[in-house]
Amino acid sequence: MFQALNRALMSRKGPILTGIAVGILAPLLTFWGNPGNMGICVACFTRDIAGALGLHRGAVVQYIRPELAGFILGSFISSLIYREYKPRTGSSPIVRFFLGFFAMIGALVFLGCPWRAYIRLSAGDLNAIPGILGLTVGVAIGISFLWRGFSLGRNYPAKKPLGYIMPLAAITLIAFVLLRPSFGPEGSSAIFFSEKGPGSMAAPVALSLAAGLLIGWLAQRSRFCTVGALRDLIMFKDFHLFNGIIAFVIAAFVTNLLLGQFKLGFEGQPIAHTNVLWNALGMVLSGLAFTLAGGCPGRQFIMSGEGDGDAAVFILGMLFGAATAHNFSLASSGTGPGAFGPAATIIGIMFCLSVGFLMREKI
Amino acid sequence: MAESITVDARGLSCPQPVVETKKAIERSACSEIYVLVDTMTSVMNVSRYAKCQGWTAQYDKMPEGGFKITLRK
Repeated sequence: MFQALNRALMSRKGPILTGIAVGILAPLLTFWGNPGNMGICVACFTRDIAGALGLHRGAVVQYIRPELAGFILGSFISSLIYREYKPRTGSSPIVRFFLGFFAMIGALVFLGCPWRAYIRLSAGDLNAIPGILGLTVGVAIGISFLWRGFSLGRNYPAKKPLGYIMPLAAITLIAFVLLRPSFGPEGSSAIFFSEKGPGSMAAPVALSLAAGLLIGWLAQRSRFCTVGALRDLIMFKDFHLFNGIIAFVIAAFVTNLLLGQFKLGFEGQPIAHTNVLWNALGMVLSGLAFTLAGGCPGRQFIMSGEGDGDAAVFILGMLFGAATAHNFSLASSGTGPGAFGPAATIIGIMFCLSVGFLMREKI
Repeated sequence: MAESITVDARGLSCPQPVVETKKAIERSACSEIYVLVDTMTSVMNVSRYAKCQGWTAQYDKMPEGGFKITLRK
C-alpha cells in the first residue's frame, strides 16, 4: 500500500493528494483549537516560535507550534526512506537569510504566508484576494529576473551531519512544547506561552505534530509548493503544482463549510485586516522573496528536512524577520498595518529588486 | 555542429534547471541534450518540461552522485 501511495505521490496526482490532505487538515486544526483560518500558517507559526523563544515580546503570539517541527521531521524521515536525503549548502546563504527575513516581514504585513492566504480565501475571507493578487505579482517579478539569468549560484554536497541539525532543532522544539521548561523567573524567561490571543489557541500537541509529520511526508514526496505552483504556471504553463493548489482550496472550502467555519466578507475576519493596498504589497514582497529563494516557506521547511542547509538558513532568516517585525512595530494587527510595516515593506521590495538585478549569471 | 550538448544544472535552485533546459532546447539544433542534475525533484521537473516540448527523457544515476538526463527529439 505504501508503494502504491508513493507512486501516486510521485505522479501527476501527488500535489493534488497533498493539496487535499492540507485542505482537510488545516480547517480541522482550527476546529481542534488553532487560531481562526490559521490551522496551518508557516509564517505565523514561525513568528509564534520566535515569540516562545523570547526573540520578540508580542505577548499574544508566543507558542511552540509542533506542526512546523513535524514538517521538518516528516520530510527528514521520508527523504531517508526514499534515499533523497542529500545534505547540501553553499548557494549564497547570507542572501537567502535576508530573503527569508523580508519574506517574513511581507507575510506579517499581510498576516499570513501563501498557505494561509489560500486558507483564508477558502474560509470566505475576501481580504485574501488582494493578498493572492499581490503574491502573483511578486512571483511574476521574480520570474522576470529568472528569465534574465538570476541565480543565487550552485549549492554543493555537504557532509551527512549537516542535514541532522534541523531535525535535531525540531526535536528540541517538541521537547520544549511537551515539557514547557522555564529558564528563569516565571513570566520573564523563555519558554513563553501566550495566555491570551492567537498564541494561546492551539490544537492538542499530538494532533498538531501528527498533522505536521503527515504533511511533511506528503510534501516531500510530491514537492508541493504554493509559490512554485504559480511560478511554473506562469513560466511554463505547467499545471502540475498548481493542480495541488486548486485541490487545496476546494478541499479547505468544503471542510470549512462542513465545520461551520465559512464566513464570506471583508469585515470581522479572524486575524486579518481590511487594508487592500498593504494586504497586496505585503504579499508582493513575500512572493518576490520566495520566488528568488526557490520556493514557498512550507517548501523551505521540507527542503531543510532533506538536508538543504540553504533552506535552513532561509528559515533562520524568517525567524529573525518575525522577531524584528514584532520588536519594530512592523507586523500588522486586526486594525491594520503596523506603524512601520509599510516602510519596511518598501525597503524589503527594494532589497529583493536589488538582489534580482545584481545576482545574475553571465550568459 | 556538435551532435549533443550538455547542460550542467547541478546545485541550482528551482526552477533554474528547467530554465537552462529550455534555453538549450531553444538555442541548439542538437537532437540530443544531456542535463546533469543532483536531485530527483530536478529530474522530474526537467523531464516533465522536455516531454511537454515533444522530447523523450530518460535518466541514469551517475557514479559520482546525481543524475544524467538524456533528452532526445
